[in-house]
Amino acid sequence: MTQVSDPPARTRAQIKERTLRTDPWWNRGRVVATLLTIWVAYATVRVFTGHWYFAPGYNYLTPFYSPCVSGECVPGASTLGHWIPAIPPIIPYAFISLPFVLGFRLTCYYYRGAYYRAFWRSPAACAVREPHATYSGETKLPLIAFNLHRFFFYMAVIISVLNTWDLVNAFWPTTAVTPDGTHLTHGFGFGIGSLIILANVVLLWAYTLSCHSCRHITGGRLKHFSKHPVRYWIWNQISKLNKHHMALAWTTLTSLMVTDLYIMLVAANAFPDLRIFN
Amino acid sequence: MADETTSTEIERYSYDVVVIGAGGSGLRAAIEARSRGLKTAIISKSLFGKAHTVMAEGGAAAAMGNVNPNDNWQVHFRDTMRGGKFLNNPRMAELHAKEAPDRIWELEAWGAVFDRTKDGKISQRNFGGHEYPRLAHVGDRTGLEMIRTLQQRVVALQQADSYEFGDPEARIRVFAETTITRLLKDPAGRIAGAFGYIRDTGKFVLFEAPAVVLATGGIGRTFKVTSNSWEYSGDGHALALLAGAKLMNMEFVQFHPTGMVWPPSVKGILVTESVRGDGGILKNSDGKRFMFDYVPDVFRAQYAETEEEADRWYTDPDHNRRPPELLPRDEVARSINSEIKAGRGTPHGGVYLDIASRRTPEYILTRLPSMHHQFKELADVDITKEPMEIGPTCHYVMGGVEVDPDSAASSVPGLFAVGEVSGGMHGSNRLGGNSLSDLVVFGKRAGDGAADYISALGAARPAVVQADLDTAVTEALAPLRRGEGESPYAVHAELQQRMNDLVGLIRREDEVKTALSDLEKFKERAAIVAAPGERAYNPGWHYAIDLRNMLLVAECVAMAALERQESRGGHTRDDYPGMSPEWRKVNLILSLHGDKIEMVHQPIPSLRPDLLDLFEVSELKKYMTKEELAGHRQAAALEEEH
Amino acid sequence: MGYLAKLRVWRGDAGSGSLQDYKVEVNEGEVVLDVLHRLQATQASDLAIRWNCKAGKCGSCSMEINGMPRLGCMTRMSTFTEVETLTITPMRTFPVIRDLVTDVSFNYAKAREIPSFTPDPSVKPGEFRMRQEDVNRSQEFRKCIECYLCQNTCHVIRDHEENKESFAGPRFLMRIAELEMHPADEADRRDIAQEDFGLGYCNITKCCTEVCPEHIKITDNALIPMKERIAGRKYDPLVWLGSKISMRPKSKGTPAVPGKR
Repeated sequence: MTQVSDPPARTRAQIKERTLRTDPWWNRGRVVATLLTIWVAYATVRVFTGHWYFAPGYNYLTPFYSPCVSGECVPGASTLGHWIPAIPPIIPYAFISLPFVLGFRLTCYYYRGAYYRAFWRSPAACAVREPHATYSGETKLPLIAFNLHRFFFYMAVIISVLNTWDLVNAFWPTTAVTPDGTHLTHGFGFGIGSLIILANVVLLWAYTLSCHSCRHITGGRLKHFSKHPVRYWIWNQISKLNKHHMALAWTTLTSLMVTDLYIMLVAANAFPDLRIFN
Repeated sequence: MADETTSTEIERYSYDVVVIGAGGSGLRAAIEARSRGLKTAIISKSLFGKAHTVMAEGGAAAAMGNVNPNDNWQVHFRDTMRGGKFLNNPRMAELHAKEAPDRIWELEAWGAVFDRTKDGKISQRNFGGHEYPRLAHVGDRTGLEMIRTLQQRVVALQQADSYEFGDPEARIRVFAETTITRLLKDPAGRIAGAFGYIRDTGKFVLFEAPAVVLATGGIGRTFKVTSNSWEYSGDGHALALLAGAKLMNMEFVQFHPTGMVWPPSVKGILVTESVRGDGGILKNSDGKRFMFDYVPDVFRAQYAETEEEADRWYTDPDHNRRPPELLPRDEVARSINSEIKAGRGTPHGGVYLDIASRRTPEYILTRLPSMHHQFKELADVDITKEPMEIGPTCHYVMGGVEVDPDSAASSVPGLFAVGEVSGGMHGSNRLGGNSLSDLVVFGKRAGDGAADYISALGAARPAVVQADLDTAVTEALAPLRRGEGESPYAVHAELQQRMNDLVGLIRREDEVKTALSDLEKFKERAAIVAAPGERAYNPGWHYAIDLRNMLLVAECVAMAALERQESRGGHTRDDYPGMSPEWRKVNLILSLHGDKIEMVHQPIPSLRPDLLDLFEVSELKKYMTKEELAGHRQAAALEEEH
Repeated sequence: MGYLAKLRVWRGDAGSGSLQDYKVEVNEGEVVLDVLHRLQATQASDLAIRWNCKAGKCGSCSMEINGMPRLGCMTRMSTFTEVETLTITPMRTFPVIRDLVTDVSFNYAKAREIPSFTPDPSVKPGEFRMRQEDVNRSQEFRKCIECYLCQNTCHVIRDHEENKESFAGPRFLMRIAELEMHPADEADRRDIAQEDFGLGYCNITKCCTEVCPEHIKITDNALIPMKERIAGRKYDPLVWLGSKISMRPKSKGTPAVPGKR
């Protein structure tokens, strides 16, 4: 009894234009690409410089060289000891941490989205046709490896602890002569540099803890929050931080650069650190 | 192209049950029919999951007693009867009050995620006319939750068929964007099928089925200012009339007290009653909280007399009386109308609904997120900071197809009606929250009713008469075949305006008479509307076809409104302002003979003694004649008074 | 107060179509859908538009306005200048039926493949006890009005028709998240989320979140948490180590429902 005629084959509306958006949709991608490029260039140069990474006396170690475990590391910088013999900075002094720092940022859910948009342009902006013929996303190697973000997060926590150790040192000047020739009293003391490092470390912790993996591990994976009130509370706090993950991703890039720049300038004796206490 | 436009080719399908309408009641009926093993089709005028039920905001009333354990079906029954001014079909109100909790719990088992109480049960909120917090809700988007849950239940049943038959649509299929224009009967007068067209392609389609469930919703599109979507063109009411069924209580049209009034393009969009349930109050342009002046005698005992008492009620409902903002909708709508008429309205012709000055922004955002969103996006008003401007809007029709309370069967064998398209349940005025529960309670019953009807029918299925089919085809094609004629959009717009002006919230004999004579002219114009263009997704054509339904419904509303010489619930006569116990005993029944609508008075079913006894005689005597109260447990007290 | 707006509306059907110019009156407070309705009533009675509630609650009037996926009923004309031309086109990701109306059946087919809500069969209706904090997450996702703007915007299928087979789109990956986070659901859809519904295609560029008219945080609250749940099952070194030590056999996930596409 039932007679059904097949509906006619249907195709999409044929619209040639890549997008009909009239707003400056390309802006955001350009800004992101430019800023990321500048930062990567700066960081690369700095990591391989092998100079001005530590300000003795003040005890300021730039995060790009932490932990300083190469035999090349100057006295005072290598608080964790020398793990390998002295070799030129062709291998960064913080080779032990840099791959994980890089990996953590590379696999971060925010950065992934940002550089997929800014560099790979898939898509460059919403509702703008991407320039690739095929797309398989994060289903195959190499991009499937981004699922290792969890692993990098664990490492990032350890690195944040190391950064905190550097922070403690930055509030504990030594009797070594500072680049500008000042003699500080051994013991508690801090200057502007210490405060910059403090801000940087706080921001790094905030960025690390606001990570989506952290949100998952602390509570997101639970089905019944009501059975785990403490974890639920933690999850709520992490979720609040997580809303600012993008903002933290950018502020930490800035704070890393500012911290490094300040320490570099102090270490190169461009100016002395402005001391507030001792 | 001409061939395609006027093609009379028909796709044919055969089903056990065809449910017309894919809102809450239609889906619930279909689920029940399918669960009884019947091959079921769901016809939806729009996409699956978009039906008007999504617009329901406040909640579904069910006496689960989760928030106040004193609640039970008897209390709910009493509230429903009071709200409907005792014109309700008592059996329907009884079934509804008894079965609503089971139907709500069933939704939860199908995946609905209601807001919770502290101890993990379904939370319930206060609403106009309900003695206790009774509305199961999800923020202010309960209708969406209900439709999505039922939609996903249909999908779950289809998945079961996928595993069993390899075909998800083996026993239940949704025909989206399909409109039914005629019900077809066999020579014996039994339902044999439904004829219509698929909007996508414009192709005609015939469903041969012994049972049809009408679940088409309401008639709001007949009025200019309405909270209803375009779908609400009274299709089911008209289809039932044309198939020989009877409509009742069509004069009772609910004007929701709070619709948006500005900007003009959104005038009529609903502002949920929950705003008042959660603490919002009504103020006129003088800043006066005016509802205290409008508490009618029949409700005097249950409502607060001072602002202090009203405000205490939100936290201590057991020792204080309710704020008058929570009177039944008809009372509040009339009060707002009076304030505006008296010149105390807002700049845009409404009154103020204020929750900003009474609750914290956090509270408002949690309880009324959709309202906040709606006002922010459409009117640029932040309801956590400023009051809303609101006014009455056409919201719901209490009238509809006369049905058997237990099975939802109409007087036409094989034809069932459920939800807003059915009549009787809500009497002269529906309480907020009683609609969503009505949908699922009687949706299930209609599915069962249809299944029982089919099993009684046996193997011999009613057959469609070819001549009727041909007539239906001709009728549907007419607007396309007319080269030139009236614009359906223009006729519709004028009809809406006239109905709004003449048969709206407040009615007068002379105005309703004018409306009836205007309707004759509209009918003439509708007969010559033309829809140029092709058949595939041609909205002009769709409008032209819907006009027939809207005009039939408009005439029923106007005729009944003229006849009933009293004011009750959703029917307010300026010239007969009081409620009359004599008129309470009367249902106005409409039916179609040829092209003429006929109206008869029919006595309303009497209350069973045990139901009568649920009320105090002192309350009942405000509504009923002495003779009707003879069987009441306190009848003696009535005698002593004299 | 009113002015004449310049509109370019895509008219046509599957075979072909083009942008056509119109001038339509606009009044204060109106949204794009109002203006399209006026166009329909006065100049183009057969202009196909899908709409329903006109209050942002049903998700029918999805279209692209100046290239951005939006609801016609929630896009106010005041967000545009009086001199600019508004280009209105159908959603690009789905086949067009006519004018602004598209065939969204892809979405209904995907919906049917996701294993439904699966409660403990021994819990009877009325016996469910769930805390508000346990249902909050699912409730956010259930705000979805199924306008399919996220599906339309997602480049995975918008720009690559061939991916429709293996990618369910943000709406349905969010549906999986909703069920996975439902406190009373007992199925395990993690494997199929990755293997059958293509969560791995998502590169979290957040366009779904950007266009969602309900402001659901689809990416942050549904897609990434799902990716994390799968990472927990497949890629977490600690979990991997734990499973090696305890030698507990890996539980099998719930299979996808066979579809008929």
